[in-house]
Amino acid sequence: MTHYIVRRLLWIVVLLFFVSTLTFVVFYLLPSTDPALLRAGRSSDPEVIEAIRVQLGLNDPMLVQYWNYMKDIVLHFDFGYSYVNNAEVRDLILDRLPATISLAVGAAVVWLVLGIGVGVISAVFRRSLVDRLAMGGALLLVSAPVYWLGLVALLLFANDIGAFPLFEGSGSYVPLTEDPAQWFASLIMPWFVLSATFAAIYARLLRANLIETLSEDYIRTARAKGLSERRVIFKHGLRSAITPIVTLAGLDIGVLLGGAILTETVFNIPGVGRLSYDAITRGDLPIVQGTVLFGAFFIVVLTLVVDVVYAKLDPRVRYR
Amino acid sequence: MSVETFEAAETGGLTSESAVQARTPWQLFWRRLRGDRVALAALAFIVLLVLVALLQAPIRSLLGLPGPNVQNPAALDVFGTPTGPSAEHPFGVDTLGRDVFSRVLAGAAVSLQVALISTGIAVAVGTLLGMLAAFYGGWVDTTFSRMADVLLAFPVLLLALGIAAACSGAEGCAGGLIQPGIGTVVFTIAFINWVFVFRIIRGQTLSLREKEYVEASRSLGASNRRIIFREILPNLVAPIIVYASLLIPQNILLEAALSFLGVGVQPPQASWGAMIADAVTVFDTAWWFMFFPGTALLLTVLAFNLVGDGLQDALNPRSDR
Repeated sequence: MTHYIVRRLLWIVVLLFFVSTLTFVVFYLLPSTDPALLRAGRSSDPEVIEAIRVQLGLNDPMLVQYWNYMKDIVLHFDFGYSYVNNAEVRDLILDRLPATISLAVGAAVVWLVLGIGVGVISAVFRRSLVDRLAMGGALLLVSAPVYWLGLVALLLFANDIGAFPLFEGSGSYVPLTEDPAQWFASLIMPWFVLSATFAAIYARLLRANLIETLSEDYIRTARAKGLSERRVIFKHGLRSAITPIVTLAGLDIGVLLGGAILTETVFNIPGVGRLSYDAITRGDLPIVQGTVLFGAFFIVVLTLVVDVVYAKLDPRVRYR
Repeated sequence: MSVETFEAAETGGLTSESAVQARTPWQLFWRRLRGDRVALAALAFIVLLVLVALLQAPIRSLLGLPGPNVQNPAALDVFGTPTGPSAEHPFGVDTLGRDVFSRVLAGAAVSLQVALISTGIAVAVGTLLGMLAAFYGGWVDTTFSRMADVLLAFPVLLLALGIAAACSGAEGCAGGLIQPGIGTVVFTIAFINWVFVFRIIRGQTLSLREKEYVEASRSLGASNRRIIFREILPNLVAPIIVYASLLIPQNILLEAALSFLGVGVQPPQASWGAMIADAVTVFDTAWWFMFFPGTALLLTVLAFNLVGDGLQDALNPRSDR
């Protein structure tokens, strides 16, 4: 196991190197628009632009630019500076991280509870009316764009514009350290909206897995031993059917930690996703590039965590 | 025993008909799909949508509606707020006085076009590279598989956003080859999607490569090219169809999300995602501006998902709903 983890960590280093390289390609080689013009903003004075070109090293050969870019990332964890206000991209992202973590982790709790609950009920009462309704609803939620669901939820339930003013609306987020009650109240709607699609996917997946597991021979054996149905389903069936869910949850949380762009935009939550959205609308490529790299970092790390947890959960999995 | 009756004996056991009859896998597939009424209804909806998207100009003139980019300030009230559904504008108008119904129709064309073209490119590239990687192995496999690993390490939406943002500058990207708008969206979605197809096809080809008929073909002196395209590719058609049908709705949503975030289809061209984004500023007073494009998007994605589920069940009879 230790051997496996060390090998995986080495692979992560290699992977992050290539991830950084691809990010360089996307943000330095791909765009045809001169970055100096973006940096210069409204000023179109050729001298200013030339000064920016020198400052950003745009006149250097591409390989030199690549070398400097990689050096900054590896040695200083430096993602560059915003074109708009010259702030350090790394600090901007770290400032926004708590809001994104609040949103992602809370939503994950909601979707795991809902998804697993609905999935088990649907599998056990398969082909019943409850199952049909739940699966129909799940397919509807899988098909719904999250930002549109968010707007509909605001229109229905927000306390400023909603038809049934029940919850805090858009832009009401405050940090947990400032006012825990307000923090919780402001995140109720975003949590449910963000978790809707995931809960639906998890319910569909768990139902299919559990139905398949419950038709296995060892389940028949368990029933034949005279175990209670509850014990058969939860101890024998769910235990094995739930492992893919754990994998999926780890990866999905990893993706969301890189910023729940759409949900954060609709509910105006100052997280990493909102940061990348604002940066895009302003053409602030260093920030976009920083958030992309940062998001990839979370995915790579969580993939490792998932694989290790997987081995613990499923004794059939052995890593060498 | 002739070949035909031998095959019939294999598959005929499943049917209750007295006369044993040979059926190709495609006939069996079609029989199963025909029984799935929900999937057929969804398929009918998609066909209807394609027709509506193709015939949007005649439909507009039939209903006497203005084009999707025609601004009609008279349709705004004295405060400049758009007016809601009426006889003149069945879905109301947007903030610039453009007819929402016409724009929803125009958005359907964009949505389908982007999703089908980008999925088509991704499936073609992913299938070709997946077959080559699995068939030849060695450094070919290593190169493409590691490339796939790197791409899979990125969050889909964030990478799409990054590429689309990089290409949305005034001069486009890749030396001006890719211009902002539909070109950028198609490129972005295809660039991200081929990996998923690649992984599936590579896995399938790895096992197909070892089949006896491949060996037989090789012993008859068939070239690698013939084995790949004549022996292996036909056996990949089923997984390709299922996977493509699952990717299309995802890509409709991705196009809408990119357009919603302002790096997809560029104004004044209509896109459901961009319409919802425009509606954000007035959605508490002008609900119709947000409601109709969103509903169109939801129903379209739902229809594709239902067809995808149906195809999967029909091609893979073991999956039991």
